[in-house]
Amino acid sequence: MQSSNGRAFGAGDGSERSAENHPDPGVPSRDVPYEDPWYDAMASGWGEVDGTGARAPAVPPARGEHGTQAVRARDVYIEVQRSAAFQEVRTRYRRFVVPGVVVFLAWYVGYLITATTAPGLMARSVAGAVNVGMLAGLGQFLTTFLLTWAYARHARLRRDRAALELRWDTQELTRGVRGDVS
Amino acid sequence: MTGQHQTLALVLFSGFVAVTLGITTWVSRRRQGSAEEFYAGGRLFSPMENGFAIAGDYMSAASFLGVTGLIALYGYDGMLYVVGFLVAWLVVLFLAAELVRNCGRFTLADVVAARMSERPLRIAVGTSSVTVSVLYLVAQMVGAGSLVALLLGRTSTADQAWAVVGVGALMVIYVSLGGMRATTWIQIVKAVLLLSGTIALTVLLLLRFHGDFDRLLLTAADRSGHGRAYLAPGLKYGGTWTARLDFISLGLALVLGTAGLPHILSRFYTVPTARAARRSAVWSIGLIGGFYLMTIVLGFGAAAVVGTEAVRGSNAAGNTAVPLLALHLGGGAGSTGGTVLFAIVAAVAFATILAVVAGITLASSASVAHDLYASLRRSRGTARSEVAVARWAAVGIGAVAIALGLLARDLNVAFLVGLAFAVAASANLPVLLYSLFWRGFTTRGAVWAVYGGLIPALGLVLLSPVVSGSPASLFPDVDFQYFPLQNPGIVSIPLGFLAGWLGTITSDEVADEAKYAETEVRSLTGAGAV
Repeated sequence: MQSSNGRAFGAGDGSERSAENHPDPGVPSRDVPYEDPWYDAMASGWGEVDGTGARAPAVPPARGEHGTQAVRARDVYIEVQRSAAFQEVRTRYRRFVVPGVVVFLAWYVGYLITATTAPGLMARSVAGAVNVGMLAGLGQFLTTFLLTWAYARHARLRRDRAALELRWDTQELTRGVRGDVS
Repeated sequence: MTGQHQTLALVLFSGFVAVTLGITTWVSRRRQGSAEEFYAGGRLFSPMENGFAIAGDYMSAASFLGVTGLIALYGYDGMLYVVGFLVAWLVVLFLAAELVRNCGRFTLADVVAARMSERPLRIAVGTSSVTVSVLYLVAQMVGAGSLVALLLGRTSTADQAWAVVGVGALMVIYVSLGGMRATTWIQIVKAVLLLSGTIALTVLLLLRFHGDFDRLLLTAADRSGHGRAYLAPGLKYGGTWTARLDFISLGLALVLGTAGLPHILSRFYTVPTARAARRSAVWSIGLIGGFYLMTIVLGFGAAAVVGTEAVRGSNAAGNTAVPLLALHLGGGAGSTGGTVLFAIVAAVAFATILAVVAGITLASSASVAHDLYASLRRSRGTARSEVAVARWAAVGIGAVAIALGLLARDLNVAFLVGLAFAVAASANLPVLLYSLFWRGFTTRGAVWAVYGGLIPALGLVLLSPVVSGSPASLFPDVDFQYFPLQNPGIVSIPLGFLAGWLGTITSDEVADEAKYAETEVRSLTGAGAV
């Protein structure tokens, strides 16, 4: 995967990298995670690590401590939030998640209420020992698996690339206003 | 239960303890003592590894022994639990996994406090997280104590007490010496063991019925003593409207609580990116779903092969259904096959409890050190290293859990787990969702959301029939029962959401537009994530 500005991401996403690491979690690359490209662009003090690898500050410092640079870093996030690219990512996320949550919660609560208030309906036989209740219960399993698959596919195809580009652009911008502090 | 079972089960269990202690020593030899390493295991686990670890954290003895027992005793009504446990994962996947990974560092409070005034919020969320963890921990400790009695035939209180103390000591060692990395590997080993054991039993069971699931169900219904009613809802939660409402309350707590469990959320910090967090959630849904499908088969199988009356005779709550099924599938009591299978199931159940308590202890020690200690201490610079505090917090939590586990020995395990889920859904979920998705959410709203869910949830339990007023309650001699339901979820979850909304609209503070923009951009893109 390449970012919008053509910069390589080191080892790419975590799965490939840890595939080669996983037999021995103690290999140096695991113990010195700070060489990882994901760590080179901390924004505004949320994830600061003090370089020595000893320990990070317990509570991230309040945004105000960064002074004027931080004020401009705040503007970066508002700017990104208002950009068309981010609005698009957010719309895609919400358009999938909101109906998805409504559907599975309604289906689950409906199942729960039917099972407790209308056991007669659930006991109606369908084939052999299998009744409506059994099918509904297995249907819950099936819809859970299906929605999981659909969500993962939607996120992978419709959101991941755009989100990754936004991530790097945002980090470039915040680093810019903070004068390459990282 | 003969001596053979016990010896073999003890040998197998000692083997598991030796392996896990080996993992802990091996991991701790290379440790550097950074917070990144202790809380998040260096964040370099793969999605598959983390998926197995999440499944290991989630599949507790309550589901392996408790739910199969409920199915064996009550048939369909036991199955309703399993559905709730699984559907809950859609809430985690859709609304929490990626966003929490992107916004936080080590704990739930990191996500929530970023937008708000930190101190009061960290204290609030830290308190509720520790409360949830301790409730869940006590449930597992009580389970460990009774498991000894059930599986090793040691019924004396002293033996149960020693089992609780032993489990507590082991979990403290794992967590304080090995941190997240050791805990994760222990979860992976345990998940593989538990899944293999479950698959083996399911295959043996289906072979016995020649793959005819229909016949298995009919035999189960026949031997349950309830006939076809066994395969339909209503045996346990039918009857009075209170019982039905109680069940709906439990169902809501199960489905909404998982996304508020601190030890589940903190697992998403062990992978490098939000994409990896999503993929580990997908892995865990596959593993957990498969596991629960098999527990349904095993539950009905226990009724069909062992018979409901025999299960009830061994343990009134049904907790021995799976071990008894293993004994029968292996060839019955006294046979070599039966002895071996029984011992394996007993050892796997112990391993399950041990791994789950380690995961919860780690999450709660992170809440104590990273949220409570970091906010409550006066001087910032001179304080001892946060990780050292977390290691000692693990010791402290272990001591508290052992003490409460000994006190609560007679409480029902499934009830305690349901209560932990209800508190998580009432206190942690509203504040998490509001701060991720509500632009106008303020500090006061957040603090109110936490306490507005936590206090009613705990208060309603105190006033419920669990604590007083009925022969089965904790204090049967007094009666201050004013709330009819055992599970407070149906009241306390809406109260948590309502309190957050009320606190926000009544506060003078105007939500900081820039901080919400930062939360939103970070949560969806991963900008600036660690």
